[in-house]
Amino acid sequence: MFDSASEILSLQSSGEATAVEIAEKTLAAIEVSQGKHNSFTHVARESALAAAAAVDAKRGSGEKLGPLAGVPVAVKDVLCTRDMPTTCSSNMLRNFEPPYDATVVQKLRDADAVIVGKTNMDEFAMGASTETSAFGVTRNPWDTDRTPGGSSGGAAACVAAGSVPLSLGTDTGGSIRQPAAFCGVTGLKPTYGRVSRFGLVAFASSLDQIGPIAWSAADCALMLETIAGFEPRDSTSLETPVASYTEALASTDLRGLKIGVLRNSIDTDGLDDSIRAAVNASTDAFKELGAEIVEVDLPHSNYWVPTYYVIAPSEASSNLSRYDGAHYGHRASDIDRNTKDGPLVEMYCRSRSEGFGAEVKRRIMVGTYALSEGYADEYYNKALKVRRLIKGDYDAAFTQCDLLLGPVTPTSAFKLGDKIDDPIQMYLCDLFTVGANLAGVPAISVPAGFDAGGLPIGLQLQAPVLQESRLLFAANAFQSITDHHKHRPSC
Amino acid sequence: MSSLAEHSVVGLCIPIAERSATIHSDQYRLPIMTVTAPNTVTTIIGLEVHVQLKTETKLFCGCKTQFGAPPNTQVCPVCLGLPGALPVMNDRAIELAVKAGLAINCDIPPMSKWDRKQYFYPDLPKGYQISQFDLPICGEGYLDIPDDENDGDTVRIGITRAHLEEDAGKSMHDEASGTGDTRIDLNRCGTPLLEIVSEPDMRSSAQAQAYLTQLKALMIHMGISDCEMQEGSLRVDANVNLHINVGEKKIATPIVEVKNMNSFRAVEAAIEHEVVRQYDVWQETGKTIKEEPKTTRGWDDTKEITFQQREKEESADYRYFPDPDLLPVRILREQVEAIRSTLGETPDQTRDRLPGQYGIKPYDADVIVKSGSQMVVYFERVAELSGDGKRASSWVQQDVMRTMKDRQIDVSDFPVDADKLGDLLKRIAAGDIDNSRAKDVFNHLVDNDQSVDEAIQSLGIESVDSSEIDALVQELLDANPKIVEDVLSGNEKAVGALIGQAKKKNPNANPQVIRETALRIIKSK
Ligand SMILES: [Zn+2]
Repeated sequence: MFDSASEILSLQSSGEATAVEIAEKTLAAIEVSQGKHNSFTHVARESALAAAAAVDAKRGSGEKLGPLAGVPVAVKDVLCTRDMPTTCSSNMLRNFEPPYDATVVQKLRDADAVIVGKTNMDEFAMGASTETSAFGVTRNPWDTDRTPGGSSGGAAACVAAGSVPLSLGTDTGGSIRQPAAFCGVTGLKPTYGRVSRFGLVAFASSLDQIGPIAWSAADCALMLETIAGFEPRDSTSLETPVASYTEALASTDLRGLKIGVLRNSIDTDGLDDSIRAAVNASTDAFKELGAEIVEVDLPHSNYWVPTYYVIAPSEASSNLSRYDGAHYGHRASDIDRNTKDGPLVEMYCRSRSEGFGAEVKRRIMVGTYALSEGYADEYYNKALKVRRLIKGDYDAAFTQCDLLLGPVTPTSAFKLGDKIDDPIQMYLCDLFTVGANLAGVPAISVPAGFDAGGLPIGLQLQAPVLQESRLLFAANAFQSITDHHKHRPSC
Repeated sequence: MSSLAEHSVVGLCIPIAERSATIHSDQYRLPIMTVTAPNTVTTIIGLEVHVQLKTETKLFCGCKTQFGAPPNTQVCPVCLGLPGALPVMNDRAIELAVKAGLAINCDIPPMSKWDRKQYFYPDLPKGYQISQFDLPICGEGYLDIPDDENDGDTVRIGITRAHLEEDAGKSMHDEASGTGDTRIDLNRCGTPLLEIVSEPDMRSSAQAQAYLTQLKALMIHMGISDCEMQEGSLRVDANVNLHINVGEKKIATPIVEVKNMNSFRAVEAAIEHEVVRQYDVWQETGKTIKEEPKTTRGWDDTKEITFQQREKEESADYRYFPDPDLLPVRILREQVEAIRSTLGETPDQTRDRLPGQYGIKPYDADVIVKSGSQMVVYFERVAELSGDGKRASSWVQQDVMRTMKDRQIDVSDFPVDADKLGDLLKRIAAGDIDNSRAKDVFNHLVDNDQSVDEAIQSLGIESVDSSEIDALVQELLDANPKIVEDVLSGNEKAVGALIGQAKKKNPNANPQVIRETALRIIKSK
């Protein structure tokens, strides 16, 4: 297959391949992978080929082409697409087709990218293993008995399998970075507000952010450049102009860059030794590149997961209220008109009971409780206060360094079924990632090695708000002297 | 609303027997005095008024807010609550809300925010309403209303707060089909409402009425809302209870919130009904606010009674929390001052000024003022251009307002602008055109985008020169010697008969001119 999105661009400009040929090849690879990994909820064969043909026609007539012309792209099934279903991997939206494109999807189309399909995920992005999907689990291409991580499991697995160079994921508490780490690919969660959320089906609105998953930091930069930017339809979108992320990669000289190592994370008991070793080794690589290494601490990191698991379910309980069977989505049939609470309440209860899976229901219940009268001060409002402290930690840390370095996950990819019945264990997958969401800062997961079982290990870099360029610059430099990201599973 | 227990009662106290005599309701027997000393009863009323802000588009999307469009034609992914759609605040709504707040003397805090009020209902597609919980756009204020007890005095009614929120859609229960199906129209969903909450400062249904009348006039005058109760752009909920003095003790009855009142008259009737009903219930059960803090009742307009809406009052938990899709609203002092500078006169001030300035009756000034500030501007322009305030007032009230009503249009969209009407009325005053021909011109202008000159030309109206009129009248007098005789014997009215004939021969002849010419010719003989 291909090595990078930029290779795909140059193959076309040199005339060695047409966009249609590339799309055909990609669709064939997806077909092979789909049977083994189930990365997609929907493969858009016809529209992909039509989009590719349109790119070829444009090129033929000498028209100006977009920056992702003819590059196959996969879109997580939580982003609205007007010509494909948008299911959020839920029975609730199994047959839902939005009448509009998410802003990011529109931007991909405008950039002449070829959208090949929608990727599988945890239901409504709630989970860390893609096991809560109503469309079956996604399997990790490195070991099909293991999870690709989640919630953007399909998005990471299809890149890892080598079928698609670029994939759009979403990250509320680590949902891009953790699957990227488990699948040995590069994934970036941008600053909150950098990428428009319009058309992203909300899980937790104050934490959700869309970002790229790719084979390298360079490809992530290419994709982020396309999707980032202010948009008036999202009130939380930031007006700051978008930096040229690809230009930031011109140099790999990290002299003058101060990297703060999160020593407490690395020394955490729950961290696998192989991950600790890989993170420590990466620190040496950064030294080699000229960076200065200091040690920093984010003092409230013990409160990240509890804070996150109050705020995210609270917002989710509200965001998911709209799925009530009244206007769209799943509606229970054969409503008994003679129940105690009447047909309307019966319709609501049964539609939601049937449409939502167990994890979604659990979070709706937790969130409803946390926002209830008499409990909101103890939970939701308190969590907001802690969130401010967590933000303060980041601000303080970034006065001491330019980037933070630490692990992405406590372990490498775990076996399917291992944690699905133990929500607390599952939630602890987010131990190192939710801080960036709570603080709104950008963070990237970069392949940093393999454990004894041959499973990929990720390294996390975090930067101050709107410093995606710095993040990509450092990640790209790291990838210029390492080859972890070049390994492909022998699937 | 502040708790009634803490609220000092400074209102008017009328013995219950006296008050009951004014209540026109045969649904309840008049209270029977069971204690020897008369109990004095004070009615405590607070009003929650929703006014729909007159914005072009909805509060969080670009959909139109026009009333009466076919169901579900003014909707988009945002107001339909489709997955992934996000709200974007309408700045105009903020501006109007601040303007309304300033008009009722509210504090405008530098920051307010949006919260989600969560409940399930089919006309609320997101499962929550975007509203304001603890930081409303307008803080405390007041409205002075005429005191019905002492002419010329005013009573000050406190305003607790005013907050913005989006409206829900409409549910229509389809009884006719026999299936009990409900149809939902989401056109109204997301239109901006300002909920103005008063302190429990009103002491009678008349005061409530005066407050509403005053508030409505203000909102219309400032161009903030149309306040059409029938169209739902003004809605009123009344919180009513009684403070009863029994000897040394003061007892408060449970607060009742009355909903679904569709006219000011209904508000008045509902309050009067509640006074009697609550007194009766208290006599029967002795229940006070401590045993039952608050219940909700509906108003039945045909039976003229309030009725319990739910068997058991469930305490709703709306689980308010800040809407993460919207930023807090920051309002700069300069913005507030800029809006304040656009407030202009109050309706009262305008009403007082117009009669002196234009020679119109106070009643006419009132009608014009009640139609809103845009109408006042229109009238004043017409009056100035035509140089005749009385004529301007009569045309504005009859021809302009009638056409506006017939065609359901605003004065801002009225096809005959003030300049044209002023021009036309000036010609009447100058005798260039008679009143009935001017009406023809007016009606023509309503349907045709023309100048007054063009309209006159289109209608074939020509000014007739005096020699032509002289000849015409002479000819008619020659043919009607009886009329000449009658006039000469003192009956000047006899010339009236000539006018019709003259008009037949020359439709452009001005009746007044014909009359004058005829008298001149006869008398010169
Ligand atoms: Zn709309």
